[in-house]
Amino acid sequence: MTDAAEAGTAVRPGDRVTDAAGADAAGAEPAILTRGLTKRFGRSTVVNGVDLTVPRGSVFGFLGPNGSGKTTTIRMLLGLAGATAGDIRVLGHEMPARAATVLPGVGALIEGPGFYPYLSGAANLRRLDAADGFAPHATRAARVDRALERVGLGHAAGKKMRAYSLGMKQRLGIANALLAPRELIVLDEPTNGLDPQGTREVRSLIRSLASEGTTVFVSSHLLSEIEQMCDHVAVMRAGRLVAQGSLDELRSAGQARVRLEVVTADAAAAEAVLARLTAGAPRIESVPGIESAPGSTGGEWMLGAALPDGLPPETIVSELVAAGVRVRGFAVERASLEELFVELTGEGFDVVQ
Amino acid sequence: MSSESTGAVPTASPVPAESSRSAANPATASALDARRPRRAIGLGFFLSELAALFRRKRTWAMLAALAAVPILIAVAIRVTDGGDGRGPAFLDRITQNGLFVAMTALVVAIPLFLPLTVGVVAGDSIAGEANAGTLRYLLVSPVGRIRLLVVKFAAAAVFCLAATVTVSLAGILIGVALFPVGPVTLLSGDQVSVGESLLRSLLIAAYVTVGLLGLSAIGLFISTLTDAPVGAMAATVVISIVAQVLGQLSQTEWLHPWLFSYHWLDFADLLRQPVDWSSFGSNALLQLAYVAVFGALAYGRFTTKDVLS
Ligand SMILES: Nc1ncnc2c1ncn2[C@@H]1O[C@H](COP(=O)(O)OP(=O)(O)OP(=O)(O)O)[C@@H](O)[C@H]1O
Ligand SMILES: [Mg+2]
Repeated sequence: MTDAAEAGTAVRPGDRVTDAAGADAAGAEPAILTRGLTKRFGRSTVVNGVDLTVPRGSVFGFLGPNGSGKTTTIRMLLGLAGATAGDIRVLGHEMPARAATVLPGVGALIEGPGFYPYLSGAANLRRLDAADGFAPHATRAARVDRALERVGLGHAAGKKMRAYSLGMKQRLGIANALLAPRELIVLDEPTNGLDPQGTREVRSLIRSLASEGTTVFVSSHLLSEIEQMCDHVAVMRAGRLVAQGSLDELRSAGQARVRLEVVTADAAAAEAVLARLTAGAPRIESVPGIESAPGSTGGEWMLGAALPDGLPPETIVSELVAAGVRVRGFAVERASLEELFVELTGEGFDVVQ
Repeated sequence: MSSESTGAVPTASPVPAESSRSAANPATASALDARRPRRAIGLGFFLSELAALFRRKRTWAMLAALAAVPILIAVAIRVTDGGDGRGPAFLDRITQNGLFVAMTALVVAIPLFLPLTVGVVAGDSIAGEANAGTLRYLLVSPVGRIRLLVVKFAAAAVFCLAATVTVSLAGILIGVALFPVGPVTLLSGDQVSVGESLLRSLLIAAYVTVGLLGLSAIGLFISTLTDAPVGAMAATVVISIVAQVLGQLSQTEWLHPWLFSYHWLDFADLLRQPVDWSSFGSNALLQLAYVAVFGALAYGRFTTKDVLS
């Protein structure tokens, strides 16, 4: 136990104190619980019937491509925006009705940092801490210093915000989330604009918060990042929650899907066979370094497809050979989390509406 | 979002009740309730708001511009040796007594310069936070939406006072520097000492400050409508000008007593012996009504607003 949590309180974020509102014997209610959470802007439904369950003490990755509704969901969780429909409970209390009870225990970085350019980094933090009517005045300076140290900004505390670089601002935003002892920390894309060193520091910061028992809710559009620091994941796509669970659960869900890959020069013939056998259009990529077009015999192509249940891979090979496809390579793989993520969120570059 | 959700009434938030419950039954107290006994009234936040306001260069630039008004007037009169007696009220008295510079400057500053600066501060109050991206962090800190509105209005009121005191003080100082100073002849014909006349100047500054509170409330309300601070500032200033134009037209005579600018220039009553408080009272009452109405509108708008900035 270090840093912010020590400042001026006996109860630490990790301490499980049973909540009056419907806690079970094992401890408290989930840190975040939403049911049918929906947000509409005019006619577009931006968040659509989301049922999130974030267990206490977890590091929860909230994954989704741009525009999938992550930030909008976070705004509703924190009472910044009203939900069109659905219920929200944060730290065992209803939001936004009990915002004054819940929010002092929540630290947040929402869609990038926001600060006054004409104040120094430390003065900015002091101001936001003064705004928190529940934060003790006596420990303010010490808590601000500690939060700045924790994100590596100790030396830049007195610098005016307008002289901060993008990554320094981002760090200051994270420091703001750490100002007081928190039970839940919500970080919306915390590694935006950070250098590799900063990214690593944020990861280790999140791990150290988690080891203190703080629940951390991190949004990101990068699976690799989430994979490295989270134990639970939820995946958003176009406003809907398409997967949720522990990372292990999701991984084994991915493992259940088997993919096969065929390397050949006869792309067109192979495509026809695969389409017939797997009942879906195979993915075709040219093998790098060899320029050619599908149908010609000069180049080399890699075709990927999902293996249907109950179809032995050797059947596919013999069918390919029977169709005159010169098979140069054949592989059967279990899908990685990455592929599962791509499958869940769609592959196209266009933002899904 | 319900109004209760903000839990922002400075003194009576749902939290104290909660913590007394948990004190009675510690086993069911959540960690949150145990840790945070009660929300502070907001004095600390108010001071921090003032610090932020007066640490801005813009604020000082506006005060400097206001201070320039009496200085320009005094210098112009000094250089031209009094002129021909035309011009704003009290102008002709300045050459006899420098203490009238402050009053002349207020008369000049009230229609445009003061509303301009007040419009900037009040119009910026919420929209400026939204624009800087700080509003969402204030709200999740949690500041409480009502508490934020109250503190913003109080800070705008302090700025109104700072602005009028700046004009008065600069006027008195330059008047003393450039013109003879002596006992002042009041509008009622009585003479009062230099000390008493300085006191009257303070009283007039207070009168003008009170007169600007209605406009501050309007600016605060407009500021909750938008995320663009410049728009809110401009709208507030335009409203102050429209009100004064309407106040000039005889066709809208029925409306005049209801305009927040109606009593703006009526501080002459404070220059009688004994002081006639009636205009001070009716000015205060009118401004109070504006603060109540636009405060309620700002409350209604802001406590239900989606903060998406
Ligand atoms: N104020 C608004 N009015 C209308 N639509 C909005 C508004 N704010 C967001 N949206 C829409 O809501 C959708 C989700 O936005 P959101 O910011 O929640 O996405 P996100 O998952 O955080 O994306 P990113 O990874 O880019 O941050 C987008 O399609 C966006 O266009
Ligand atoms: Mg976002």
